[in-house]
Amino acid sequence: MSAIQEVVTEAPAVEAVPKRAMTLGAGTSLIVLALLIAAPLFVKNFIIFQLTMLLIYGLAVLALNILTGGSGQFSLGQSAFYAVGAYTSAILMEHAGMNYALTLPIAGVICFGFGFLFGQPALRLSGVYLALATFALATAMPQLLKLGYFEYWTGGVQGLVVDKPDAPLGLPISQDMWLYYFTLAVTIAIYIFSVNLLRSRSGRAFMAIRDNEIAASAMGIDVALYKTLAFGVSAGITGVAGGLGAIAVQFVAPDGYTIQLAISLFLGMVVGGVGWLPGSIVGSAFIIFVPNIAEGISKGLSGAVFGVLLFFVIFLVPHGARQVAMVAQQLVGKFKKN
Amino acid sequence: MELFVNQVLAGISTGAIYACMALAVVMIYQAIDHLNFAQGEMAMFSTFISWQLMQWGIPYWGAFVLTLVFSFAGGIAIERLLFKPLAKAPILTNVAGFIALYAIINSVAGLIWDFTIKQYPTPFGSSPFLGSQLISTHQAGMIGITILLLIGLFFFFQFTRMGLAMRAAASLPESARLVGINTSWMIALGWGMAAAIGAIAGMMIAPVVFLEPNMMLGVLIYGFAAAVLGGLTSPFGAVVGGFLVGIFENLVGTYIPGVGNELKLPIALALIITVLVVKPAGLFGRPIVKRV
Amino acid sequence: MTAMLNVKDLRAYYGQVQALHGLSFALNEGSLTTLLGANGAGKTTTLRAICSMVRSTGAIEFEGKPLSGRSTENVVRLGIAHVPQGRGTFTTMTVEENLQLGAITRSDKKNIVADIERMYDHFPVLKQRYAQQAGTLSGGEQQMLAVARALMLRPRLMLLDEPSFGLAPLIVRDLFKILGKINREDKVTILVVEQNAQLALELADQAYVIETGRIVMSGSAKEIANNEDVRKSYLGY
Repeated sequence: MSAIQEVVTEAPAVEAVPKRAMTLGAGTSLIVLALLIAAPLFVKNFIIFQLTMLLIYGLAVLALNILTGGSGQFSLGQSAFYAVGAYTSAILMEHAGMNYALTLPIAGVICFGFGFLFGQPALRLSGVYLALATFALATAMPQLLKLGYFEYWTGGVQGLVVDKPDAPLGLPISQDMWLYYFTLAVTIAIYIFSVNLLRSRSGRAFMAIRDNEIAASAMGIDVALYKTLAFGVSAGITGVAGGLGAIAVQFVAPDGYTIQLAISLFLGMVVGGVGWLPGSIVGSAFIIFVPNIAEGISKGLSGAVFGVLLFFVIFLVPHGARQVAMVAQQLVGKFKKN
Repeated sequence: MELFVNQVLAGISTGAIYACMALAVVMIYQAIDHLNFAQGEMAMFSTFISWQLMQWGIPYWGAFVLTLVFSFAGGIAIERLLFKPLAKAPILTNVAGFIALYAIINSVAGLIWDFTIKQYPTPFGSSPFLGSQLISTHQAGMIGITILLLIGLFFFFQFTRMGLAMRAAASLPESARLVGINTSWMIALGWGMAAAIGAIAGMMIAPVVFLEPNMMLGVLIYGFAAAVLGGLTSPFGAVVGGFLVGIFENLVGTYIPGVGNELKLPIALALIITVLVVKPAGLFGRPIVKRV
Repeated sequence: MTAMLNVKDLRAYYGQVQALHGLSFALNEGSLTTLLGANGAGKTTTLRAICSMVRSTGAIEFEGKPLSGRSTENVVRLGIAHVPQGRGTFTTMTVEENLQLGAITRSDKKNIVADIERMYDHFPVLKQRYAQQAGTLSGGEQQMLAVARALMLRPRLMLLDEPSFGLAPLIVRDLFKILGKINREDKVTILVVEQNAQLALELADQAYVIETGRIVMSGSAKEIANNEDVRKSYLGY
């Protein structure tokens, strides 16, 4: 064993996305918003359900974007927080008869605490080591949920059934449509919160830590606080997404929250563009629809087709949807000049 | 006490599997500075190839050698075709590439050879080793091969020019280029070697866990954990780590109540992470000093 | 005398920032040239551009062969050795391994062994520490190791980037003496980039001065040393 220390001047593992590039312009945002509001009016209930899931996974990817793209911490464990949020909502609704909307902030707070706590030991880990730790968390979660000890609350291997809420005040819209608009409202609120968070002092602290942790600490940033805060916020948002997911899917079960979900969310973040919040929904679309497309192309080779499509995307746009947006922006700029 | 010793010994023999895989993991980490999630699948695919060759009548050692050659070439091909284009892309995009590769290999293997479990032969026989009930001749053979591999790698890196060049390219790529080393090809070679080592791991493991497309997932994770525990810069550490992980896993399963098969993995991982919190570079890794 | 290295209209870029604005100069075979300039003037960038380590446009010719489009390792294989800023020593490898790496592209085993011995003659302190890890050497020793490693290539052109950086003056004098010896006896053309103008001008026969990415002065080392502006800006008197 050598006594020589390896001196590393490390380039940041996570690309620095400049602050101003982290959101859409005002005009584009309004167009997207209009589309999101109008969409369910033209489609069947099942598609509305899929759109709802699109928003929910979009939230989860957004949360991961804040953690990785914002503060530079890897996580392959988001499925654990999603599961905790889902089960919190389900348990509160089924065992305590609580109104579905109220369960969400509670799920969020509980997951925030959970994430904040997990962030503590994670402080000493980074990169591949942190990935391994979060991976451990994600693999442990389904098993913990199956434990006989908790079975009364969690419903054990079978899980719990959740009732889908009706539209309030007797509004003449279907349950799916109501749930979609409810989710949309929550999503917009969280998106605005996230954008403001990243623009705030805390956001700048996150990004300083992402770009160069040692320098950040030398500048007086309380690295430990902000790193755990980032974990907490990310976990909290993921928990809210999980709660919404439980309501939308109408049940929770341990095998619905495996490492596969964590990996999907990771892929969603990469495809959307790491650190680019609007890309979260593109990433979410990828992980919801592309596996179906792959299966449609070849039932036996669906995994392979998925892999090929994924390669296709990352070869074309290694920086994800953000790259597409930047190119589009440049083209629009050129167009305007002419 | 006897139970403890037995479990430790049993852990050493399962640990040989992880040690083998961990060697392949460290090999690739040295070449490309990240962990390749698809390595287990590549090893699995290689093992299937060797099985297929034997189905076609080629004797064991012939199939073994042919598979090694194929795996080496395959590893290089995968790197040149799929990952060289991503060399300038962010790390996370590369990780997505590993995941995509995993999906492709797993799916193709399932299609070609389906998911039913197959028997896989061992050249060492499975009688008790030296009369011991705990270690079979196969497991002893596995440990032997792992140690031989380790020695071979040591010689390669310490005493050959190619090994020196690869070490230089992994350590300081820019300086390596300044002495005329084609660092890009060094990466390709690293992949080839890792694929070959993975193939050996797969062919050693298959007799124990039986051959099927999903056989390597658990092994890979333990292999990663072992490599990280041992210190990602140290092949020796990887092997020691492998044995330690095997022992941990067995002891956890035996002594912690209520821990079924499924919780062994996260608990073992948690233990490893605890070690890392204390010794961030792993047991035998070189402490890394980060400069601003 | 034939120009061994011909640089014409070199422009170099770090991302969107342009660091060299049309640099042109030539090195004669067998000369010892120094490139002087303040911090940030573009000295290091020039050396990096020659070795394809930075994006650039313009024509660089080495012994009549164009260097554009070649990778760094291919430029090196043409016979150009570059001792980079910070030395680029392989700190985790032994002194002797570092020297062996210098010769990794050569296949004449016997000569390589002989050359290692010659390096030990040039730099006796390296011989003492041949099995030591290079990271444990002092700054001056590492610089000598870096120069020795470059020489193991049997280069026809050697580029040195601020070899005096962080070294005590006496050590720098020794180093420069050895560089002069190598230039004369081993017939290696040398281009030294330096901030320490005085010593560099004593050592070199030709000199260029670079300011904000352009050559502003050129001539023999003596002329440049006697130039009023240079004396005021770079020599302090």
